[in-house]
Amino acid sequence: MLKEIKLGIRFTVVTMVLLGGAYHALLWGIGRAVFSAQAEGSLIRRGDGTVVGSRLIAQEFKRPEYFRSRPSAAAYNAASTGGSNYGPSNPDHLKAVRERIDATVKEDGVQASQIPSEMVTASGAGMDPHIPPAAAELQAPRVASARGVPVERVRELIHAHTEPPTLGFLGRARVNVLELNLALDAALGSKPVAAK
Amino acid sequence: MGTEYVAIVVTIAFTIATSALLGGYMYRVFTGQRTWIDPVFVPIERLVVRLTGADPNDQQNWKCYSVSLLVSNVFMWLATWTIVTLQQYWPLNPDGIGNMEPTLAFNTISSLTTNTNLQHYSGETGLSYFSQMFVITFLQFVTAATGIAAAVAIIRGLAGNRLQQLGNFYVDLTRATVRVFLPLSILVSVLLMWQGTPMTFEGAAKALTVEGAEQTIARGVTAGVVSIKQLGTNGGGYFGPNSAHPFENPTPIANVIETWSITIIPMSMVVVLGLMTTRRKLGIVIFATMLAIYLPMVAFGVAKEAGGTPAIAAMGVDQSTGSMEGKEVRFGAGLSALWAVTTTVTSNGSVNSMHDSMTPLGGLMPMIGMWLNNIFGGVGVGFINMLIFVIVAVFVAGMMIGRTPEFLGKKVEAKEMKLASLALLWHPLAILVGTAIACYVWATTADPGTALAWLKNPGSHGFSEMMYEFTSAAANNGSGFEGLGDNTPFWNISTGLVMLLSRYIPIIAPLALAGSLASKPAAPETAGSLSAESGTFGITLWAVIVILGLLMFMPVAVLGPIAEHLALLQ
Repeated sequence: MLKEIKLGIRFTVVTMVLLGGAYHALLWGIGRAVFSAQAEGSLIRRGDGTVVGSRLIAQEFKRPEYFRSRPSAAAYNAASTGGSNYGPSNPDHLKAVRERIDATVKEDGVQASQIPSEMVTASGAGMDPHIPPAAAELQAPRVASARGVPVERVRELIHAHTEPPTLGFLGRARVNVLELNLALDAALGSKPVAAK
Repeated sequence: MGTEYVAIVVTIAFTIATSALLGGYMYRVFTGQRTWIDPVFVPIERLVVRLTGADPNDQQNWKCYSVSLLVSNVFMWLATWTIVTLQQYWPLNPDGIGNMEPTLAFNTISSLTTNTNLQHYSGETGLSYFSQMFVITFLQFVTAATGIAAAVAIIRGLAGNRLQQLGNFYVDLTRATVRVFLPLSILVSVLLMWQGTPMTFEGAAKALTVEGAEQTIARGVTAGVVSIKQLGTNGGGYFGPNSAHPFENPTPIANVIETWSITIIPMSMVVVLGLMTTRRKLGIVIFATMLAIYLPMVAFGVAKEAGGTPAIAAMGVDQSTGSMEGKEVRFGAGLSALWAVTTTVTSNGSVNSMHDSMTPLGGLMPMIGMWLNNIFGGVGVGFINMLIFVIVAVFVAGMMIGRTPEFLGKKVEAKEMKLASLALLWHPLAILVGTAIACYVWATTADPGTALAWLKNPGSHGFSEMMYEFTSAAANNGSGFEGLGDNTPFWNISTGLVMLLSRYIPIIAPLALAGSLASKPAAPETAGSLSAESGTFGITLWAVIVILGLLMFMPVAVLGPIAEHLALLQ
């Protein structure tokens, strides 16, 4: 039995160093050398080097001149992510969806039947960086009028930022909200934003 | 929607095709034959075996093999429990994560040691980088390897003739770790980094958003954890929302790689069975039987999630893309449902959508996956669970045609049936009794919503949350209806115990069974023998799995998801 205990302890120590240490160190090295942008979190920086966000992480957009992200059960807190975990029959869930529909109808001047359900349901991690192309089209008139530009210019940017399904069949067509909004600012100008 | 079906078919077909290749490689590894990557990984294997002090010539019978398995797992448990409960004193903690509370640590470490990865903590707030590396990653490798080692020993037993020795546990464990999981994990990690998964020792990034808010973006050594989490049927995510988080699963390509990683080794194990027993037809029959349960579940689950929910439809929005609460746009309803079924039949338990928010009948599919727990199943253990059903099917078929039941030329007698029954019956016992106790506590607590704060959802869905938790613990799965407020002493301790018993009973009993079969003489098979290598036997096995494996869960299915489905229709 003493032999078994020794084996157990020694195997644990040896593999802990190999798998916890060496394995991660190797991957970290590969990441830095080959995929440095992805390895640090696909961060997007402004001209002055400050980080504006990550292209993979949703952020909240409330102003009319920006496209909105999908609803987030985590309030877009990328340090504590999560979904709503509401079941399909939960009255609180149905109430939240109802309120989002009413708000969208009012703010975008559209009918409920035009709203893709993605825009009134919370995403899995609360960090979904994408919306469906239809959800961007829906918001285009509002964004254009808030910026005082023809809606066609906004639509052009949506088309330029629509990713089709990968290889034609993997996943869904989608628009990256942060990248689209940054492109809007770059093409059409933005009011400078001060830190709170 | 059309392209989603293409993606599903391509993903499954690709995994089946590659399992033949990987199964061939694993067969060579465990029978000591050369492979082309040996120059890199064999020296590492030798080094680990030498530093451990194991003697490759020391062949063990089933009892010694089981003792080594248990003792090694005890020390893995103790070492990692000590690390997480003291993690604030260790280095590599840029975000200043505190020590883990002891009952949560009991649950977490039991969960990881049993290859379950039920998570009552959330990675980004509960674990330092050091813990993610030396606790989570370490356990995800070695516990997956433990399952493979046990399965390989059992296969040797089945193939043996008057055999006493099943192999050397530490040699098998090291081979599975170093020569199966390590190369695959490095490959998958690199592919995930290419797609966007972070791999950094820097702390959370601070961003000033477009609208001027501050956003703290948690990141870390994510790529290294996600690969082994998937390949080892562990399932424990780096972040709370697991592979629904865009850092863990950034693109549809990453999603294909990760879905492949869930089933590739469980599928390959069936190939290994066929090759090691030199009965390829047996492997094919079992593989086909598993597919004949897996594929209908995928089709049904996808149809339900793509169909949306009636309550949202009634509000008049465009639900043409299916039920999207808890799901991500880049995957859509189809790839989310495929993942939900795949991760639960295999005992993986990672998620790319929130199972709690699935449609009632769509959400029934993950439950069925875990109730059966043998359709490809966890690495190693899924095959072991299937073996139990094979023994029972042999017994049933033998009774039906009035012959002595035998499997691979070995008589199946009272001793084997007792061991098979023990492994078979523990599973429903743990789930049903556990759920009953939770319901009793809930029902007898005054104002349970405030006092216990367990359930996010009322009514039958709340019942499903509790039942899902015990199902997941007993199946060593690790997914959850995460609306359950599960970080409480009740859930931490009860599910911790269920996970431990549900891991080791269904490993040790089949090891004993294999030891018993191995020592028997293999009688030559005649025209009168019951052949397990036929389509007829596959159909019998299918029926035994569905009837025996699911019938006992019918009442709880009706109380939970089916009741909710009927209520939603009104």
